[in-house]
Amino acid sequence: MTNATLKQLSQQLAAGEVSSVELATHYLDRIEALNPQLNAFITVDRVRTLADAAAADAARVAGQAGLLTGVPMVHKDIFCQQGWKTSCGSKMLDNFISPYSAHVVEQCNAAGLVTLGRANMDEFAMGSSNENSFYGAVKNPWDLNAIPGGSSGGSAAAVAARLTPVATATDTGGSIRQPASHCGVTGIKPTYGVVSRYGMVAYASSLDQGGPIAQTAEDCALMLNVMAGFDERDSTSLERAREDYTRELNQPLAGLRVGLPREYFADGLDADVAKVIEDAVAELKKQGAQVVDISLPNTELSIPAYYVIAPAEASTNLSRFDGVRYGHRAADYKDLVDMYEKTRAEGFGAEVKRRILVGSYVLSHGYYDAYYLKAQKIRRLIANDFNAAFEQCDVILGPVAPTAAFNIGEKSGDPVQMYLSDIYTLSVNLAGLPGMSVPAGFDRRGRPVGLQIIGNYFGEAKMLNVAHQFQLATDWHTRAPAL
Amino acid sequence: MSLTHQDVARIAKLARINVSDEEIAAVGNQLNNIFGLIEKMQAVNTDGIEPMAHPQDVSLRLREDIVTQTNQREAFQAVAPQVEKGLFLVPKVIE
Amino acid sequence: MKWEVVIGLEVHVQLNTATKIFSGTSTAFGAEPNTQASAVELAFPGVLPVMNKAVVEKAIRLGLALGSKINQKNVFARKNYFYPDLPKGYQISQMELPIVEGGVLPILVGEEEKLVKLTRAHMEEDAGKSLHEDFSGMTGIDLNRAGTPLLEVVSEPDMRSPEEAVAYARALHSLVMWLGICDGNMQEGSFRVDANVSVRPFGQQEYGTRREIKNLNSFRFLEQAIKYEIQWQIDTLEDGGRVEQATVLFDPDSGETRMMRSKEDAHDYRYFPDPDLLPVRIADEQIERIRSEMPELPAAMKARFVEAFGVSSYDAALLTGSRATAEYFEAVAQASGQGKLAANWVNGEIAARLNRDGKDISACPIAAERLTGLIQRIADNTLSSKLAKQVFDALWDSELSADAIIERDGLKQVSDVGAIEKMVEEAIAASPKAVEEYRAGKEKALNALAGQVMKASKGKANPAQVQDILKQKLA
Repeated sequence: MTNATLKQLSQQLAAGEVSSVELATHYLDRIEALNPQLNAFITVDRVRTLADAAAADAARVAGQAGLLTGVPMVHKDIFCQQGWKTSCGSKMLDNFISPYSAHVVEQCNAAGLVTLGRANMDEFAMGSSNENSFYGAVKNPWDLNAIPGGSSGGSAAAVAARLTPVATATDTGGSIRQPASHCGVTGIKPTYGVVSRYGMVAYASSLDQGGPIAQTAEDCALMLNVMAGFDERDSTSLERAREDYTRELNQPLAGLRVGLPREYFADGLDADVAKVIEDAVAELKKQGAQVVDISLPNTELSIPAYYVIAPAEASTNLSRFDGVRYGHRAADYKDLVDMYEKTRAEGFGAEVKRRILVGSYVLSHGYYDAYYLKAQKIRRLIANDFNAAFEQCDVILGPVAPTAAFNIGEKSGDPVQMYLSDIYTLSVNLAGLPGMSVPAGFDRRGRPVGLQIIGNYFGEAKMLNVAHQFQLATDWHTRAPAL
Repeated sequence: MSLTHQDVARIAKLARINVSDEEIAAVGNQLNNIFGLIEKMQAVNTDGIEPMAHPQDVSLRLREDIVTQTNQREAFQAVAPQVEKGLFLVPKVIE
Repeated sequence: MKWEVVIGLEVHVQLNTATKIFSGTSTAFGAEPNTQASAVELAFPGVLPVMNKAVVEKAIRLGLALGSKINQKNVFARKNYFYPDLPKGYQISQMELPIVEGGVLPILVGEEEKLVKLTRAHMEEDAGKSLHEDFSGMTGIDLNRAGTPLLEVVSEPDMRSPEEAVAYARALHSLVMWLGICDGNMQEGSFRVDANVSVRPFGQQEYGTRREIKNLNSFRFLEQAIKYEIQWQIDTLEDGGRVEQATVLFDPDSGETRMMRSKEDAHDYRYFPDPDLLPVRIADEQIERIRSEMPELPAAMKARFVEAFGVSSYDAALLTGSRATAEYFEAVAQASGQGKLAANWVNGEIAARLNRDGKDISACPIAAERLTGLIQRIADNTLSSKLAKQVFDALWDSELSADAIIERDGLKQVSDVGAIEKMVEEAIAASPKAVEEYRAGKEKALNALAGQVMKASKGKANPAQVQDILKQKLA
């Protein structure tokens, strides 16, 4: 049961081999046993989970079960879920019980999925290491000294440690792909606008996108079928016909053109990671894929552009946390301004404050053109690079991060070093493209390394096809850490 | 460029985040390091490039003017720090 | 020194939509605090704005009425500042690309028409309200008003006196009601005016330093506030002082303006395009459809009244001061076939009575059909103007028709030649002195005789006929 995939569990439930209550109990027990080492969860509510599982079992008896009814899952603590604490990893929302549910949560509930708990994360999704959570760092299940990646570190660690078959996550600059890579699991960030942001606590509105993390590409496809879809409550949600993300899984890869961007294999890429990616490319070639040399010349500029645009949007998205209507309020203050300033100084952690300050600065009078507008122009250049590249190839392959997971504390004192490690993931968000990470090997220390697959707009089914075919031929995704 | 202590104090005020005098130097250093990274943008010529605000070039959808929301004051105020007679309370506002 | 006054107005027009600008929450006024504040207005984590189509359409209406340019691509921006009645910590507004740019609004100052240029009009959301009554020494926040759609209409600094500013505000007020986009209720804050006021020596090209008077919610306060502010600025300058750029508030109790914040404390609003909202794009067809649905505009209607009913341009301007008045007039003029009479009555007695009773034309106790009845009886000489006034009084206080009142009170004008001749003869016989004077060339003496006839007829004799017959008999 422990290593079963989402698909296998759904089949076992359908066959009556196991009940939802049994599954939930199994995972809750594992969480209870292993989470103290990993810190992957912020909230677990056994009573509520078992009640939901019992309801799923009853639905099945009543003949009302869908494909995923009764399957357990975990939500990143960024998705508002009615009646659950939705903290976003922040002291600011430590007391916030959400009065409403995100679109993604509603969709999961409607599909009959049972929530096991709420996954730890970098505060307000700002971070690449999960060291920025008010609830403490998440540990990498492969090596407790290593970071799990961020910001969806709890989601990735929970799937890797087999504390859940699947978890929701979000990706603003790599926050699904990078932790998936570091934890040896599969994750996909869809095209911007495919998954509704309604009820997903906003970090950077024009970059944020929800997606699943699971063991396999096939599970990601099944989960994306649940999470994606038009939602009129999000003005940036795209009005497109529903699609079945599993539809291309079994297509052969013969004739597939895979682009390898020169800039993703330049200086700074760890040799072990490079080797893993080369091997993965070789495997796809063996399956008939053709390799195309491409260039994404503005890749390096994605770092400054992202670290202007994301903080700018974040600085105002986070203005609503003022201690007036919900969330933390400072205990002592002398007047209104003091109440605001203390509430926010106490409620936000260091990295969040840094980004708010950077964002406030780049939008402030006299600096807007030099920073924000400039970054928006570079964003266009980056998107143009991808458009040109996709003239020559169907998917782009590369590393997710320059190295496998680094050690906890290794970069936490140096934000710039942390930011530089986002180099291969940021441009995808700036362009609004879909990207995924697929387990492809390990480095010399035995830490997982993921292969990044970048698709063209709405190319999710094709990317999942590539990942699935790769997983049919490899077993990296089946490896689980010893805990 | 380099942010002075006054710059840091000004943006902290704008952002309504209390930064103490003891913290200000450290925060300023970190911000200057970050801006050192950001400044790399300035080397690129972006003349004539249209700024990109959204990943997709689509237009805003408009909603019909029909009431869909009902009163949920009780549920919403259950998580409020301080309310009285249905009002959210804040320290006295002086105009 | 002689000073020239320069005034520009920014008016916040609350649009009369059923729901808020970014959510399907009701905008009805006067609900219990925070019962009309959804998760969107309360800015819960994760909620997002969804734009109300009616707001865009109403903005286009105003733009078309003002002859403005409609920006077929316009963009929402965030205006960032912290205030407890602004839950998101930013107001969604428009900055670089507003929906409406340019245009002119004709105003009537005395009997002169003047054209005031518009800078722009943009869509934005209203804030909530801070209630300063004592709640354990704290301020209470009611967010029912938060998210109510506003059009901020900004004029050029084209006005040169408080009277012009008031005339502009009144003209805009009647236009937005004319267009059916605002209920115009100033007590409830549906139409709020900010006035930018400066003075400069006559003949000087560049503008003086302006101060902005915030949130004036009546025409009277607008006038008082501007007058006070002008005097204050002139006094300050003449005393050798300087006017510093500032935002000020008007205190109706003292009649004075007082400083709210100086330029130094001016906010740094950090405007940038709202990433939660995409550009609004407006198709040609949408504009044409809205144009075709627009009511006839005041200027066109005014020209038509002059042309079709022969009323003066001044009367036509007064009649088209509001759509309700214009419609009332047109109904009466149309039905009675007496445009000039209808104009005189509507602009005269009706306007005076409504003004006296503090009523709007929509609440006029005399419906158009009943005024038509009165005018018909004046036109066919059944009523003298004096009797007409009497009937009008009765119309105002009853539900009866003019004919019923004439019948009931026996107010029919006597136009029967025989009856008038008889009374004339009696008057001549009774006043030999007046007859003598008249015959000696004293025209005035005729009035005394006519007065006697009118008295004898209890005012019902047709005065013109009385004059004619008197002259005949005395010839």
